[in-house]
Amino acid sequence: MSKNKQDLQEVVEQAIAEQKVPHVKFKKTAPQNVDVAKLTKASKETRQERWGKGLTFLAIILIGILIIAIIGFVGMHGLATFTSDKVNIGHFLFSSEWNPSAGSSHVGAGAMIVTSFAVTLLAALIATPFAIAVALFMTEFELGKRSSLLQSVMELLVGIPSVVYGFLGLTVVVPAIRTIFGGTGFGILAATLILFVMVLPTITSLTVDAFKAVPKELRKSSAALGATRWQTIYHVVLRAARSRILTAIIFGMARAFGEALAVQMVIGNAVLMPANLVSPSATLTSQLTSQMGNTVMGTLPNNALWSLALLLLAMSLFFNFLVRLIGKRS
Amino acid sequence: MRKNNLGSLLTLILFVPLLLVGCSKDQAKITVVGASSVQPLVEQAGNDYHLAHLSSNIVVQGGGSGTGLSQVQAGAVEIGTADVFAETQPGINARKLVDHQIAVVGIVPIANKDVGVSNLSAKNLMRIFTGKITNWRQVGGKNLPIIVINRSRGSGTRTIFEDLILQGKEAINSQEQDSNGTVKKIVSSTPGTISYISFPYANDSHIQKLSINQVKPVNHNILTNKWPLWAYEHMYTKGKPSKSTAAFIDYVLSEKVQKNLVPKTGYLSIHEMKVSRDSKNKITKIGDPHEQK
Repeated sequence: MSKNKQDLQEVVEQAIAEQKVPHVKFKKTAPQNVDVAKLTKASKETRQERWGKGLTFLAIILIGILIIAIIGFVGMHGLATFTSDKVNIGHFLFSSEWNPSAGSSHVGAGAMIVTSFAVTLLAALIATPFAIAVALFMTEFELGKRSSLLQSVMELLVGIPSVVYGFLGLTVVVPAIRTIFGGTGFGILAATLILFVMVLPTITSLTVDAFKAVPKELRKSSAALGATRWQTIYHVVLRAARSRILTAIIFGMARAFGEALAVQMVIGNAVLMPANLVSPSATLTSQLTSQMGNTVMGTLPNNALWSLALLLLAMSLFFNFLVRLIGKRS
Repeated sequence: MRKNNLGSLLTLILFVPLLLVGCSKDQAKITVVGASSVQPLVEQAGNDYHLAHLSSNIVVQGGGSGTGLSQVQAGAVEIGTADVFAETQPGINARKLVDHQIAVVGIVPIANKDVGVSNLSAKNLMRIFTGKITNWRQVGGKNLPIIVINRSRGSGTRTIFEDLILQGKEAINSQEQDSNGTVKKIVSSTPGTISYISFPYANDSHIQKLSINQVKPVNHNILTNKWPLWAYEHMYTKGKPSKSTAAFIDYVLSEKVQKNLVPKTGYLSIHEMKVSRDSKNKITKIGDPHEQK
C-alpha cells in the first residue's frame, strides 16, 4: 500500500518537474504540494458500491443462516424420535398405528404418508388437463381481452385464503359427496376436489409461461408446412413445452402436499389407512397442525410431530430437486 | 481494501440486532399464551385492563394448552393458559408452576338434530365413544349408524371428556376435529353424528344438546357438580408471579370481571363454584360442610 503511494508520489513529482501534464495545477499553488494521500482515497462512488455489496452479502448470509437454522431445528427435533425415543424408522414409515401418547410402539405415520401422496397425486392428475386446456386457450386461441380476464380470475383464485376453500369444502363439497357416494363425505375425495381448485391456478399460470416460451418461429414454420392449428399445438407447442409443463405440475404438487388448513377441514382427521376415497383419513399436515398445540415440547408426542414435519421438509426438498433435474435436462 | 469492507459488514451485523433490541422498550409487558378456549376471555380482559392501566401491555396468543404450559415452564412467557391440570401433562414439572384458576367451562355432548335422542345414560355415552354401540336405534333413536367425531388427541376438552366419561377406556379411532366451531358445523350438517363442545359454543338450535342421566346441560347444574362435565380454565405462572403479572391476574379474578365479562363470554365465575376438583378428579365441597346439606 505504502509502496504504491510512494511510486505514485514519485510519478507525480516527476511529471510536475518535467511539466509533461501542464493541466494539473492544484489550486494554482506550487505543484510540489500535491496531496497524494487524497488522490488515492476511495471516491464516493466506490464507497457506495462497497456499501451495496456489504448489504447484499449481509442479506445472503442472514438467509443462509435462517435456512440452516430451520433445517437444523426441524432435523434435531424430528430425529429425536428415533435417537432418544428409540422409535424404529421402518415402524415410523410403514406402520399405521398412530397414538404417540401411548408409547414409542404407536408412532406409525404410514396411513398419513399414503393419504398425503394420494390427495397430492389425484389433485395434480385432475388439475393438469384443465390447466393445459386453459393455458392453451389463453396463449393459442384468445389473445385479446378475454385472455387477460382469465388471467386475473386465475390470480384471484391464488389470493383466496385457504381457510375459505376449507369452509367451502365443508359446506358444499362434503355434503355433496355424502349425498352422491354415501358415508360421511369426509375423505380423500373431498380433499382432492378442494386441492384441485387450489393448485389449478399455480399449474395454469406456469403452463401459460411454458407456452409463451415456445418460439414464434416454430409455430410459423409449422404453419408454413401446411399444418393446421391443432396439428401445430399437438406436435410442436406441446412437445416443445413438455419439460416446463412437468415443472408446473411438480410446483402444483408441492403446493398440494404442503397445504394444511383446507385439507384438515375436509379430510376427517382419522388416522386410519384409507379404505376408499370417501373414508375419513388424515394427512401429514392435518395431523401436524391439529395437534402441535396440544403437545408439550420435548415429549414423545411432540417429537413425533416434528418427525412428520421433517418428512414434509424432506418431501419439499425432493420436489425442488425434481424441478432442478427437469430444468437441467431440457 | 477488503479489510475495510469486512469491517463495515461486522459493524452492521453487530448493530442491527442492537437497534432492534433498543426499539422495544419494556414497560410491564405481559405475554399470555395457551389454550384457545380461554383466549376470547383473556383478550377482552387484557383490553379492559390496558384501558385502565395505560402503561401495561398485555399480549394474548393462542397455540393450545401444551404450548402454554411448555412456554411458561421455559420462562418464555409470563402466563401460560391451559384447560387441563399441569400435573396431568408428561414433560411438565407442575411443582415449579403456580396454578391460578380463573373460570369454569362446561362441556356438553351434542348430536345431529335428526337422531331422535335427547338423553343418554353416562354408560351408553361411554359405549358410543368406545365403539360398543354403533346405531342410534340401540339407545332409543332412529335406525341410523352413529358417526363419532372426537376432538384432537391431547386437547383439553378431550382429556376432560375421556377422564370423566370413558374412565380410562380407549376411544375408537374416528374422525377428529380441532375446533369447537368446526365440530358444531359438522354435527349440524351430517346425519348420525355425535361429538362434544364447550358450553359457549352450544348456544344455537341447529344441534341437539344431550342430557346425561336426565340432567340438563345448564350452568347451575355445574356449580354443584350435578353436571359433571366441566373444566377449569387455568393461568399458570412460573413460580410466584411478578408484581405486574400478579396485578393482572388479580384483575381477572376481581368482582368486575367475574361478574360481567366471565358470564358474558359463556364461562362460569370461579367464585360461584360450590365444589372444587383436583387433578385426580376428586370432588370436594367448598365452604362449611353443615351449610351444604
